Amino acid sequence: MSNVPSDLKYASSHEWVRQDDDGTVTVGISDHAQDALGDLVFVETPEIDRTVEAGEAVAVVESVKAASDVYAPVSGTVIDANAQLQDAPELVNTDAYGEGWIMRIKLDDPDALEELMDADAYEQLITEEDDG
Amino acid sequence: MLQRTPLYERHKAAGAKLVDFAGWEMPVNYGSQIKEHEQVRTAAGLFDVSHMGVVDVSGADALAFLRHILANDAARLKEPGQAFYTCMLNDEGGIIDDLIVYYLSEGRYRIVVNAARRAEDIDWITRHAEQFDVRVRERADAAMIAVQGPQAEQCLGHAVDARLEHRLSTLKPFRAVETGDWLIARTGYTGEDGFEVILPARSAVDLWDHLTAAGAAPCGLGARDSLRLEAGLHLYGQDMDTTTTPLEAALGWTVAWTPEDRDFIGRSALEAQREAGVPRRLVGFVLEGRGVLRHGQALSSEAGGTGEITSGGFSPVLGCSIAMARIPAGDDGPWTVDMRGRALPVRRVKPPFVRNGQAFIN
Repeated sequence: MSNVPSDLKYASSHEWVRQDDDGTVTVGISDHAQDALGDLVFVETPEIDRTVEAGEAVAVVESVKAASDVYAPVSGTVIDANAQLQDAPELVNTDAYGEGWIMRIKLDDPDALEELMDADAYEQLITEEDDG
Repeated sequence: MLQRTPLYERHKAAGAKLVDFAGWEMPVNYGSQIKEHEQVRTAAGLFDVSHMGVVDVSGADALAFLRHILANDAARLKEPGQAFYTCMLNDEGGIIDDLIVYYLSEGRYRIVVNAARRAEDIDWITRHAEQFDVRVRERADAAMIAVQGPQAEQCLGHAVDARLEHRLSTLKPFRAVETGDWLIARTGYTGEDGFEVILPARSAVDLWDHLTAAGAAPCGLGARDSLRLEAGLHLYGQDMDTTTTPLEAALGWTVAWTPEDRDFIGRSALEAQREAGVPRRLVGFVLEGRGVLRHGQALSSEAGGTGEITSGGFSPVLGCSIAMARIPAGDDGPWTVDMRGRALPVRRVKPPFVRNGQAFIN
């Protein structure tokens, strides 16, 4: 059973979003997503200062099984990317919601988080996907 | 409904992620493919390969029949227990399947075929057997377990009696020992030392439990694929199929051209191709940058040639991606791969990529 922390927001493309105190968000991929991908071997993080639109492919996670795009769950500016993933992509597998974070984004519109799913909705989505 | 091996409950209990592989519900990993890969390279890993087909061919004409349908020459198997790797070809020289043949005793042979080719193989074998005095019997009652890695001998030794343990320690590669209704062969698909055990399905769980108790860790099809790729071993359906000949698949070494009067199926087509020149080759590539080479990706050479990755993946031992690819003969590159719209340079190398747990390419 996948771990879906209740204090995070989620995109249907399997990214999680944590709201930080300073008007920025931290983004990663969900435990469900890392489990489906299998062992990660490369992570390509976005350039800092890049402006991103919600739904735009901004990072790539490549596993033993497949390469997969990571989408910006919100519009804004990338202010940080997890440099540790360069040498330790497996952090996404071992700690998807912690050390395996991918990027931080400064939101264009603080209300944009309202568009995302809460933990209950996301859990329902992945349950339906597993059954489908 | 997917078929299940006798070890299905063991896989579930060990937390395997199960997938459909050629109609079988098989473990792809038990958590981490890379950990399983490393386990085989450094210690011992355990694979359920019961989905593979086991076919016994016996009778007065068994040798003559195999000499007719296989590209390698079964007459080269002189002592009981000897085994070889071979292709079975169609009339055009295309590969119907690649398989291992074990010589059990006079007039008795065992063939192990790919799960995905089982039905086609048995149909082909049975059809051609009609003109020979042979009996073809599929052993659906058999299970097959592979234990692979530098500690494989030790682990399997713990699981068998002392007399057999001694016999295994002196067993050479590509040799097998038949003991009761078990066949234990020093063969595998990982590039490491190891054994494949064909045994009655009813005994499979017991052997599996003994091997895990002896320290062999269960490994899934994911690790099996990355291990065989590092070892430069081919996968049917990717690196070859009915439209490729052994000469186009870097398997010319498995074709027994002599004696010249052995008329095996596909021989005249292979000879014609050898005479005319083999148009395509299967070669190895390494991607030194980031990214993973994968089956189906397109290659381009500076000279304008095009090729395709047949098998690709991440090599845990090398820490980068490796691949086998089919390219036009005579095009020496340099080559680039089209990876998600970007052209990345790849370096041509000669497989195997890894041998005995160590990098084997320069």
